[in-house]
Amino acid sequence: MTHIVEMKGMNKYFGKLHVLKNIDLTVEQGEVVVIIGASGSGKSTLIRCVNGLEEFESGKLVVDGQALAPKGGNQKALTEIRKEVGMVFQQFNLFPHLTVKKNIMLAPMKVKSNSQVVANATAERLLNRVGIGNQADKYPSQLSGGQQQRVAIARALAMEPRLMLFDEPTSALDPEMIGEVLDVMRELAKEGMTMMVVTHEMGFAREVADRVIYIHEGQIVEQGKPDDVFDNPQNERTQAFLSRVLAH
Amino acid sequence: MEFQFQFDWQAAIDSIPFLLKGIPYTLLISFGGLLIGFVLGIIFGLLSINKKWFLRWPATAYIEIFRGTPILVQVLFIFYGLPDLIGSPINPLTAGIAAIALNSGAYISEVVRGGVQSIDKGQTEAGLSLGLSRTQTFWSIIWPQAFRRMIPPLGNQAIVSIKDTSLFSVIGVGELVRQGQIYIANTFTAFEVYFVVAILYLAITLSLSLILRLVERRGLASV
Repeated sequence: MTHIVEMKGMNKYFGKLHVLKNIDLTVEQGEVVVIIGASGSGKSTLIRCVNGLEEFESGKLVVDGQALAPKGGNQKALTEIRKEVGMVFQQFNLFPHLTVKKNIMLAPMKVKSNSQVVANATAERLLNRVGIGNQADKYPSQLSGGQQQRVAIARALAMEPRLMLFDEPTSALDPEMIGEVLDVMRELAKEGMTMMVVTHEMGFAREVADRVIYIHEGQIVEQGKPDDVFDNPQNERTQAFLSRVLAH
Repeated sequence: MEFQFQFDWQAAIDSIPFLLKGIPYTLLISFGGLLIGFVLGIIFGLLSINKKWFLRWPATAYIEIFRGTPILVQVLFIFYGLPDLIGSPINPLTAGIAAIALNSGAYISEVVRGGVQSIDKGQTEAGLSLGLSRTQTFWSIIWPQAFRRMIPPLGNQAIVSIKDTSLFSVIGVGELVRQGQIYIANTFTAFEVYFVVAILYLAITLSLSLILRLVERRGLASV
């Protein structure tokens, strides 16, 4: 198997705050890695480093064969990585001035120089795949939160990424819409997409993840198969965290 | 003897053809100046939020200087002062357009800065994460949204600049107020003529407000 993400001794600071401490982590092609942990533990920061939305201060980070340098040093690698790595955000971040279809067509046309016809066909295919083919000409604000997040997933998929990052994709959703977004993610995982998912949805983690990683105060405290981590956590911090989130 | 003032409608109506000759100048100076001011505003507004200090500082200096001094002083400086420096006279029309351009450019820079900074940084992150360059992200994602938010303050600035052109009567541009002054010098009907002058300004600014409102409604419908 080939590593698609490799972190070695990676450190990240926000000013004096040490947010990621000596992170060692590899993700294999086709693997679904779910990252859990309390708010402020650094789990979002971790995946935001993968596509360079956050810079790191020291250590090694290789994504899809491209080595990123500390402090945003290697812009060329970053450009290449972003073409291959899709991201879905907590707040969707759809482009409100563009229709749903145009949201999806933008990057393939600008970055891959796809023709309008090709980009249009891709957008229609992906919208059907995420179950909202009939909303193509609406603006994002006319859709529900769940639908918007599905558009955001389709928008990322349009670049045919080799890795998808999900940064708390269901945290801003009303409870009744969480399922429809998780369904799309579940399908993606089944089709073999490599995914790094930060989430509080423990049911999803247990069901879909190949590996669960627990982060506490910027450190990977525990990782393993979901059943092992959830049913038999070794570290007491993991035990405490899980008993809090699984209690209700 | 009892003093009695009566509004002379005939005098007011008679002055209109002469006053109307000033309107092309008023419009040329305001819209010519605003057009250049808009270009200056985009350039200096964007420079003023650039990360590099050597781009940011000059832009900020320009904005502060032209916002912080009266436009009357600016136009007097350009018309009477600059010729000493460059060694040839500047015609009043050019001086007027330049003053509106530089002055509105400073205010529009702030409008541009505010508009761009008001867009959520998640929009930039989404653009970058899709592989777009910083430039592509700015022009296809940030700018269109920022521009829509800029329309109301831009309209405001246009109205202010149109009214500012009235000050340029002092350098002898044949704009609306100047035409009025010349007319009054012959007829002594100050009340009537300035009344008509005021109405003509109002006609220009109200038409602009109306157009802007329509543009705004169309622009916002899609967001």
